[in-house]
Amino acid sequence: MHAIDFDVIQRSLPFLWKGLQFSVQLTVTAMIGGIILGTLLAMMRLSSFKLLYLPATAYVNGIRSIPLVLVIFWFYFMVPLILQAVTRAPSPVHVGPEKSALITFILFQAAYYSEIMRAGIQSVSRGQVSAAYALGLTYFQSMAQVILPQAFRNMIPILLTQTIVLFQDTSLVYVLSITDLLGAAVKTAQRDGRLVEMYVFVALIYFVLSYALSELVKRLQTRVAVIR
Amino acid sequence: MNYNWNWKIFWEPVAAGNGVYWEWMVSGLAWTLSTGLLAWVIALLIGVVIGVIRTTPLIWAVRLGNAWVELFRNIPLLVQMFLWYFVLPEVLPFGLGTMMKQMDPPWASFAPAVLCLGFYTSARVAEQVKAGIQSLPRGQTLAGTALGLTMVQTYRYVTLPMAFRIVIPPFTSEFMNIIKNSSVALTIGLLELTQRASDMSEYTFQTFEAFTAATTLYIMVTLIVVYGMRQLEKKVQVPGFIGTGGQGGGR
Amino acid sequence: MKRFVSLIVALTACAAFISPASAADTLKKIKDSGTITIGHRDASIPFSYLDDKQKPIGYSMDLCMKLVDAMKAELKLPNLKVVLNPVTSQTRIPLIANGSIDMECGSTTNSVERQKQVSFLNTTFITGTKLLVKKSSHVKSYKDLKGKAVVVTNGTTNERAIKELDAKENLGMKFIPSKDHAESFLSVDSGRAVAFPMDDILLAGLINNSKNPGEFEIVGAFLSHDPYAIMISKDDPAFKKFGDGVINGLMKSGEINKIYSKWFESPIPPKGNNLKFPMSDGLKEAIAHPNDKGA
Repeated sequence: MHAIDFDVIQRSLPFLWKGLQFSVQLTVTAMIGGIILGTLLAMMRLSSFKLLYLPATAYVNGIRSIPLVLVIFWFYFMVPLILQAVTRAPSPVHVGPEKSALITFILFQAAYYSEIMRAGIQSVSRGQVSAAYALGLTYFQSMAQVILPQAFRNMIPILLTQTIVLFQDTSLVYVLSITDLLGAAVKTAQRDGRLVEMYVFVALIYFVLSYALSELVKRLQTRVAVIR
Repeated sequence: MNYNWNWKIFWEPVAAGNGVYWEWMVSGLAWTLSTGLLAWVIALLIGVVIGVIRTTPLIWAVRLGNAWVELFRNIPLLVQMFLWYFVLPEVLPFGLGTMMKQMDPPWASFAPAVLCLGFYTSARVAEQVKAGIQSLPRGQTLAGTALGLTMVQTYRYVTLPMAFRIVIPPFTSEFMNIIKNSSVALTIGLLELTQRASDMSEYTFQTFEAFTAATTLYIMVTLIVVYGMRQLEKKVQVPGFIGTGGQGGGR
Repeated sequence: MKRFVSLIVALTACAAFISPASAADTLKKIKDSGTITIGHRDASIPFSYLDDKQKPIGYSMDLCMKLVDAMKAELKLPNLKVVLNPVTSQTRIPLIANGSIDMECGSTTNSVERQKQVSFLNTTFITGTKLLVKKSSHVKSYKDLKGKAVVVTNGTTNERAIKELDAKENLGMKFIPSKDHAESFLSVDSGRAVAFPMDDILLAGLINNSKNPGEFEIVGAFLSHDPYAIMISKDDPAFKKFGDGVINGLMKSGEINKIYSKWFESPIPPKGNNLKFPMSDGLKEAIAHPNDKGA
């Protein structure tokens, strides 16, 4: 075994920091986009119109049965062509790897968030829905003002847990050679031939961040539970 | 972009080497399944033990179990893959590390992939087992003790048989996760389904056909597993008890 | 079951939507958007690789920047924005084909097979497959690799060449796939693989950049002939003509010799090593008579 070189970590800190910023940015954007789209999907799946729930169910189940790596590849190669078809541009629309990753994660995570939001919507008692309708609220009004706020609040801990999973999953953008936290570590490790130091260090960063987040979620869980 | 669809590509011979392309996909699927299955065995063995000891009154055992779960749950799978493949052989005492590295391909990627996936999933299995046991009414354990059973006997004859039935649905989804997660092993050179699709795309430039085939195969595996687990669930259900008779009732 | 059927139907509909479009017009696209996207590599030393500040540099990058400069003048776009997009051996061709990148400046072999999907400018470097081994392994030729572990970078012409040889000569080599050259090199360095077949110039670059250059050597006869060129999208005669014009100009004026010696015969970042790799006769010939013949 060769000598441990702590210097390489110090030298690469600014680069790792840049990578971490991208990872966090990707996580947060995908979380927001995923929850919004996921909520829409959940509403579609709970609707009684076949035209709404069939495609939504197919989408959610389909996405959930294939690996994220495969989805990343799919979207990387397909998104420019889809955008071209949608916008009727003369040539494929240029999408950088970062944007492609962002689109992929929003669409992929939406399937998972939608399952959580579906359970959340179902956790609101039927009486409340009936009460909202009785008050003369339309479907969208009762959703927006009565059901979703409660569903969302009940599900906050689970949504956040899913976000921790999402944060860890963002490391897979490595397959596109993107400089996220892991990508930065790999590039430095390979250039300087210092795999052991860099990989252990990056594992430590992921661990500390995910662990801290999950402890926060646990605290939040007890607080939310008390309020309920 | 001029994309020429060519579904016949799967029957064309591989550009360098032997066989035709559909055989690549089948061999990729075989590696995906064998990695997933073997890792699942490891995950079950370790996960059940860790999950059970976290519900015992033994404080040191609970702490050990908690530490295990937190360790494997809070590091991304891909990073863990790298740790098993790149880091472990370097820090092991000399002979062992070299042995790990000089295993013949594909075993040199297969072994770390299976271990990594197994350990990673064991933490998640442990969580499900613990939740399953804790969801049982406390009266059951107390009844066991009242009957004069030891702690081990209570687990063996009372708690675990019930908990096992409760965890079948979450285990189904964990098993699906392990199959899907095995694709991460492509980063350490395992020629599993996703890698094969990506290889085929590089060799033939028929990206869409290759990825469509892989996607279809993954979906088929899901269908088969979900169906199989439903049958198992029906077969072992204890009439009139919690956790039986279908999940939730969403449909 | 029904939902999966509907999924398949949806996917097929999606696929049918993406039907072949008209020929590409990259120059018009660049003019309209004011941006050009260049694909670059992480570790193709000294063609296209990252320096200490993680900025892509190299011989191919310099040539591409000449193209960009010419484009600024031609299209009257002094503020042309250059977007750099990292690519791997596996992603480069799909990314050119789907229009994600406008040109790839790396170390890509112009092969007849690839010409079905993409197009190449005139050849700017000539190399071929050799083997990188550790001196201590005593491997001298391909025959010595019988039954041994060999690492290949996914999606390279070298991968094909060695696999074809393996099948033809029945050597029973055991292949380890890897994502990029740096990773392949590390496989040999760490003892996972005995040999790494790759273009000899890239091997020279990797050795040069390693911790212990003295431990490695390049052996074997040339297994393939690999002319490198800048890769662009297929069926785009205007862009091809423009690009070739710029490259031919560099060759005629002799400017390419200066760029060549900057990267192959002078100290290069990040470590300031000198590859000492004089221009081959093949490349001199290709500069005297510019061409885009594929291998």
